[in-house]
Amino acid sequence: MTATTDKPRLSRSHALDLLKHMIRIRRFEDKCAELYTEEKIRGFLHLYDGEEAVAVGVIPVLEKRDRIVATYREHGHALVRGVPMQGALAEMYGKREGCSGGRGGSMHLFDFATNFYGGNAIVGSGLPLAIGLALADQMRGEDNVTVCFFGEGAVAEGEFHESINLAALWSLPVLFVCENNLYAMGTALAISESETDIQQKAACYRLASEAVDGMDVMAVEGAARRAVSAIRQTRKPYFLECRTYRLRGHSMFDAQLYRDKAEVEAWRQKEPILRFRSWLEQSGMLHPEDLARIEAEVAAEIAEAVAFAEAGTWEPVEHLARFLYAEKAA
Amino acid sequence: MSVVEFRMPSLGADMEAGTLVEWLVKPGDQVKRGDIIAVVETQKGAIEIEIFDTGTIERILVEVGTKVPVGTPLAVVRTQAEAPVLVEAAAPPTVAPSPTPAVEGQAPPPAPPAKAIKPSPTPRLRVSPAARRLAEQRGVDLDTVAASGPSGTIVSADIERAITEKAAQKTPPTGFDLAAMRSAIAAAMARSKREIPHYYLAQPIEMTACEAWLTRTNAKRPPSDRLLLGTLLVKAVALAAAKFPAFNGFYRKDKFEPVGSVHVGTAIAIRGGGLIAPAIHDADRLSLDDLMRQMRELVQRVRAGRIRSSEIADPTITVSSLGERGVEQLFGIIYPPQVAILGFGKVVVRPCVVDGHILARPVVSATLAADHRVTDGHAGALFLAEIERLLQEPDKL
Amino acid sequence: MLHEVAQSAVIEITYREAIREAIRDALRRDERVFLMGEDVGRYGGCYAVTKGLLAEFGPKRIRDTPLSESGFTGAGIGAAIAGMRPIVELMTVNFSLLALDQILNSAATIRHMSGNQFGVPMVIRMATGAGRQLAAQHSHSLEGWYAHIPGIKVLAPATIEDARGMLWAALEDPDPVLIFEHIMLYNMTGKLSADAGPVDIQTARVRREGHDITLITYGGSLWKTLEAATSLASEGIEAEVVDLRSLRPLDDATIMDSVRKTHRAIVVDEGWRSGSLAAEICTRIVEQAFWALDAPMGRVCSEEVPIPYPRHLEEAAIPQVTKIVALAKATLGKA
Repeated sequence: MTATTDKPRLSRSHALDLLKHMIRIRRFEDKCAELYTEEKIRGFLHLYDGEEAVAVGVIPVLEKRDRIVATYREHGHALVRGVPMQGALAEMYGKREGCSGGRGGSMHLFDFATNFYGGNAIVGSGLPLAIGLALADQMRGEDNVTVCFFGEGAVAEGEFHESINLAALWSLPVLFVCENNLYAMGTALAISESETDIQQKAACYRLASEAVDGMDVMAVEGAARRAVSAIRQTRKPYFLECRTYRLRGHSMFDAQLYRDKAEVEAWRQKEPILRFRSWLEQSGMLHPEDLARIEAEVAAEIAEAVAFAEAGTWEPVEHLARFLYAEKAA
Repeated sequence: MSVVEFRMPSLGADMEAGTLVEWLVKPGDQVKRGDIIAVVETQKGAIEIEIFDTGTIERILVEVGTKVPVGTPLAVVRTQAEAPVLVEAAAPPTVAPSPTPAVEGQAPPPAPPAKAIKPSPTPRLRVSPAARRLAEQRGVDLDTVAASGPSGTIVSADIERAITEKAAQKTPPTGFDLAAMRSAIAAAMARSKREIPHYYLAQPIEMTACEAWLTRTNAKRPPSDRLLLGTLLVKAVALAAAKFPAFNGFYRKDKFEPVGSVHVGTAIAIRGGGLIAPAIHDADRLSLDDLMRQMRELVQRVRAGRIRSSEIADPTITVSSLGERGVEQLFGIIYPPQVAILGFGKVVVRPCVVDGHILARPVVSATLAADHRVTDGHAGALFLAEIERLLQEPDKL
Repeated sequence: MLHEVAQSAVIEITYREAIREAIRDALRRDERVFLMGEDVGRYGGCYAVTKGLLAEFGPKRIRDTPLSESGFTGAGIGAAIAGMRPIVELMTVNFSLLALDQILNSAATIRHMSGNQFGVPMVIRMATGAGRQLAAQHSHSLEGWYAHIPGIKVLAPATIEDARGMLWAALEDPDPVLIFEHIMLYNMTGKLSADAGPVDIQTARVRREGHDITLITYGGSLWKTLEAATSLASEGIEAEVVDLRSLRPLDDATIMDSVRKTHRAIVVDEGWRSGSLAAEICTRIVEQAFWALDAPMGRVCSEEVPIPYPRHLEEAAIPQVTKIVALAKATLGKA
């Protein structure tokens, strides 16, 4: 996977890679749901079912040196980026071995090694953060791209407008990826925005922008390659609206009174894993044994992660006030 | 094959229970992981719940319409798979959260005050604000108080205890130095006899009216509110002194200064051998109840050693009564710079001539010792006669 | 004991339902009242407080907003100035920070700044507090910050009766009133008179009488404090518990009366310790009742860290019954 070409690679190995990434996320989220009902994971839990194609289409296009800012619905992004599954799950258990030391939980996965900047729970708060990371890179002449994932709900926040204006004005190397899943918690886009064509809003701020079918992982990857390539060449921000859908509720505790079951079922028929798998099967790139292997590997990895999290330890209460401020080197 | 329980899931941070409103499966149905098998009503509405196991529903445990807490088994499922991975979870820390987190400075007990409070009788003394104020109001010496508060702090309860203890003491109160008092009395009495030309008058006073009135009045009162004869005597003297200003004032620098108010000094003996006659201010204007109360309080304070110097210097005339001790007549020595002192003996039943008959009547002997530089016998006689008259109409006192 | 409820028909109700009933009552009684906020309508409210109200009152009076806290709070201010009586629901105090400028620089300030020409009769309701393992960005208790601002009133209903009655009184107030609902109270059930009405919003209440020490608190911490008082009683210490109810203005009279009676005071406040509302109360006690004190005051507040996700750390970070009991005993000089 390199960024030197902006054409999606259609090799079998790459395709299976993408499929495995998506299945891995889906099964992981499923396991999180189960653990949550058993009260192993607490607080809030926001699952990515149905949106896998966005993270899987965008993130593998990036280099290790690039930066990622995400929201509280970030498990999929973390896994695809390479945050170890064990660390992510232990974090959700609140164990010390978690990627944020157990302190953040599901909504606050951070990972220094993979340039993963959270895990931000206030809607819209990631955008100013992202442009700041990009600003530093620009001022130091670094050739990094910062990708900022957010939902269409954030578009209503003032922070959104301030951030993309600044990015355009100062020519910052940011890729804004708006995961438009049509609902901000329980508020439908149609009753939230006067202009529901979101990439159009970005265009009004003079960003290069495009909309893509977020349920089609190849389409997302293609758009991401174009975007990242453009950013590296023009040193200007880019806006990608990925039109997708959330198959589960906003969080675990959601009676989904605001949308029809029929609508959910309709989208389930075109969800990304089903769609990609069918296409791969039809084109002969996917054989049953491939799927079985992928499922087995994923299941094994998840089982191992669960064991790791279960066996994890608790941060001592005496350390509660550590890391409030930087500790002086001994 | 093994058997697992399908339990009421936790769906939210603040979900404590749910009501099973619909079963979508029945015993014998095959289910697989991810299937929706029931509907639960929560405060947010009805939510479909999925099973995470694959197998056959064996038994339903909770009927439709039942509300159960999160974690309650709802159904039994027979699974095909090998026994579920029963990981013995590392138990969440069972230690109760330690009440001493590693934040500096803030574990109970509260830190002691940084430095001693500035104006302090003894720099080492720790006294709470409430105790300090109470001690000042009630004249308690902090150095003599035992502390019961944290870190050896004297608290208000300690002051209150000290006051109670002092009042109950049998030994002379520490407030009075008896030896010093004796020599002061000696000096005053010698000076009085030396400088003041005393004259003495005696008058027997019939107490029938007073005793009858007291009996009637006290019958309606609880013991703590009953009036004593001494109160009537003091009141009568005070009223008479108001009418005869020549007996109420100070002889200083070769002249007499009458005082507009009547402050009656009441002689009180101190256990252990002392004598003090502090003033009851404006005794002529006090009701009998108030007068009684003040006299009583004065005795208590004398016994506790808490008399203010102003109370000793203020009397404009003094009354001394040894009635309980058993003498019939008392001839006092005037306390300079006062100019008169009344004495009352005990009440004795004597034969009196009433309307030509000899009858037994209670009689008390009142004596006046007065300064002849200011008044003479004639005035004194009138003064005594007034006192006698007043004591015949106790209801007007 | 707990404030007695009027002797009419009594119903069993949750704190959440009491608030819903209060909103419903307000909407019925005054056509100027409307409620707006995120997910209040179709979703039914993040904490299910407004469930069913959209169907009953329609989308103009139960108004779903986009995620635009600053925008719709400001809109509420404008609507109030122009004669409406809006109830703005900020989903939680955590998100209210996005609207802080509107609250402080507009709502709290306009009357004074305009020389009394314009007032802002609005109510802002927010969920607040920690205890559900929602981690650092979702667990704040910032009532103390808001109580710092002149020009607004700040309420913390801790009982079913106050949950039902404070809203009405707040809506009648000609100035902005903030009502903080602690998340741990929504599921609480209790008894309420069927004809419950408005309650006063200026005084504190003694919820439990005692003579050894005064425990002053508000909101979600009230129940922990009462539990602590029960525990102390089993050791022969009778604590008096004062529920502040109104955080701005504070009811000094009730506080000082209690302190003069017991001579000792502890404040239980879920905000962070430094610069807390507890600090303000302690200072007022020093100013007004210094000579009644037999011991220094104490505070049980949150540890000064972002609230962490794991249960044991969250519990260690926020006030607990054990901490209150321990501090009360230490204040009395008992180990």
